Amino acid sequence: MSDQRIVPIVMPKWGLSMKEGKVTGWLLEDGSRINPGDAILEVETDKIAGAVEAHESGVLRRRVGEPDTVYPVKSLLGVIADPSVPEEEIDAYVSSFVTPSADEDEAEQGPKYEYAETSSGKLRYAKRGSGDETAILIHGFGGDLDNWLFNIDALGESATVYALDLPGHGQSAKSLDKPGLGALADAVASFMTTVGIDSAHLVGHSMGGAIAMHMAASDPGKVDSLTLICSAGLGREIGSYVDSYLAAQGRKDLKPVLEQLFADKSLVSRQLVDDVLKYKRLDGVEPLLKDLAAALFAGQTQQDQPGARLAAGKAPPALVIWGKQDEIIPHSHAQNLPGAKVAVFDGAGHMVFMEKASDVNALIKAHIAGS
Amino acid sequence: MARKISMRQAINEALDQEMARDPSVFVMGEDIVGGAGGMGEIDAWGGVLGVTKGLNAKYPGRLLDTPLSESAYIGAAVGAAACGMRPVAELMFLDFMGVCFDQIFNQAAKFRYMFGGKAETPVVIRAMVGAGFRAAAQHSQMLTPLFVHIPGLKVVCPSNAYDAKGLLIQSIRDNDPVIFCEHKNLYGAEADVPAESYAIPFGEANVVRDGKHATIVTYGMMVQRAMDAAAALAKQGVECEVIDLRTLSPIDWDTVIDSAERTGHVICVDEAHPRCSIAADVSAMVTQECFKALKGPIQMVTAPHTPVPFSPVLEDLYIPSAEAIAKAVKKSMAH
Repeated sequence: MSDQRIVPIVMPKWGLSMKEGKVTGWLLEDGSRINPGDAILEVETDKIAGAVEAHESGVLRRRVGEPDTVYPVKSLLGVIADPSVPEEEIDAYVSSFVTPSADEDEAEQGPKYEYAETSSGKLRYAKRGSGDETAILIHGFGGDLDNWLFNIDALGESATVYALDLPGHGQSAKSLDKPGLGALADAVASFMTTVGIDSAHLVGHSMGGAIAMHMAASDPGKVDSLTLICSAGLGREIGSYVDSYLAAQGRKDLKPVLEQLFADKSLVSRQLVDDVLKYKRLDGVEPLLKDLAAALFAGQTQQDQPGARLAAGKAPPALVIWGKQDEIIPHSHAQNLPGAKVAVFDGAGHMVFMEKASDVNALIKAHIAGS
Repeated sequence: MARKISMRQAINEALDQEMARDPSVFVMGEDIVGGAGGMGEIDAWGGVLGVTKGLNAKYPGRLLDTPLSESAYIGAAVGAAACGMRPVAELMFLDFMGVCFDQIFNQAAKFRYMFGGKAETPVVIRAMVGAGFRAAAQHSQMLTPLFVHIPGLKVVCPSNAYDAKGLLIQSIRDNDPVIFCEHKNLYGAEADVPAESYAIPFGEANVVRDGKHATIVTYGMMVQRAMDAAAALAKQGVECEVIDLRTLSPIDWDTVIDSAERTGHVICVDEAHPRCSIAADVSAMVTQECFKALKGPIQMVTAPHTPVPFSPVLEDLYIPSAEAIAKAVKKSMAH
């Protein structure tokens, strides 16, 4: 708990490229009692919509952010304070609040994206935090490091967190020898060598989870713990997502495909669809993804089962997280890793780490701390 | 990696990357290197508005300064294409195309058909279009409809730097003749453009704004004006869908008809003259395909049927404005 009597609610920075966000509505009235984790108001960016949650407890004394208005990141949106703080003091706080500039933010946090020249080619990554423990976030098929926009800063509060673009994804090199889990795991391992990480807590989503398990099975010394989110590699079944993702050539075809990722379909914004389309059009992406899909998910069946290769008793501690409304990999697979802690969230789909970000972040933090 | 660059840079980058990728790509045109017969300042100009600047040094011998004879070098480009090269010919202003209609209409556009599919003509002809540049009646026309009329030609007109790069790369890789129309007033307009190569498929319109009350169909510089009109109308509670056609031939009828069926109000905006324009073409097709969905008469917002005036005041009046577009939306919705 902070010793400040007045705590600001500010426009969050969801993801590395976010500069501003629109307040879409308040979820609480003035005077509401607030506990950490409570959703206070809703914000929409050009990429995604989400709720701003409280980090402190107190009373919502002032709602500053107007609905349907765009504010820069870190602008004052509201004030939390104890009921004993006089109104004049709140007024003074609001009128004297200065929004830190985006440049200061960058200077404080370091560059948004960096590149590592690895033996698997040039890989883009982002780094946050400076804790003793190191975590690496590995996205899924067709994703990129910006998928972790709601997670990377929160996890960076207590660990050194890296998120990378896998080969063929995001802005990493669009080439991969012998596409498959082995080649992708090699890329993550060579990334670790390049930036100087001996071992790390691996957090993998979907195909990224399968990569993490493959690494844990083949080179357990590099893996401190596993967090597997709606992970591939824990069962045979998989929906039509990969095939439809590859087939979609325009916005109209792609939108319903991306909607499979979320329980709340309204999260698929025009910008999200456009960004994925722009990525898919880059030279080299489509053939590489097709090869990868053929190796891993041919005939709507998961071809590789790294979960079964994890040696009983020797595998690193594992946390398995799933969205109950996952339309791509069934949540029943969460039960397929003996000895793992399991959390399944209702009201979330394949992107559970976006839809239930604060719950998922808390689980991962506790898992890393306890491993 | 995406960064903000102008449409001029985006076109330069597309040429650069395709020349690097494919040795059969070469560029020819008037003054595209540095001005033949000049003071020996090679690479000084890079075309009349500097679009090809820097390429000559990088690809020596693959940028050809031509004589001031459009009919000769467009014919040469068409011939080179028919013989296996991938020429990109820069014709400065689309207005000058008149003297090479035979090479384009009767030769390039017909080879595939008349040789029974045995010949291909992968030539790209780049040219500037559009008014607002104070360049008078012979350098300002939006002549896109002339080329759309000809079967066998593909016609492209990007509205922004991202599309310009991806569509030019697609044009160069395409095996048919492509007329690539660059609006001179958009050269400086910046957008996020990936540094990597990418191709945008032909015949895929871009819905640049979603809306449920009215559909504005347009292309080129008019896309921004339509967006301005849509933003103004949104404040009054009218939500317009704005469709950027991007390629005029082939054209994405599905996206247009689908939107028209949902909104029932269609406004066709074209910087070309009204008769036999893209606006008239879209209007006719919408009427034929989804007459019953229409709730008001289709509106056309175009330049008038006059030459582009030299007077700056008149030239500004000549080009369809955001206000005129908004007015047309309201006119249709009054029904």
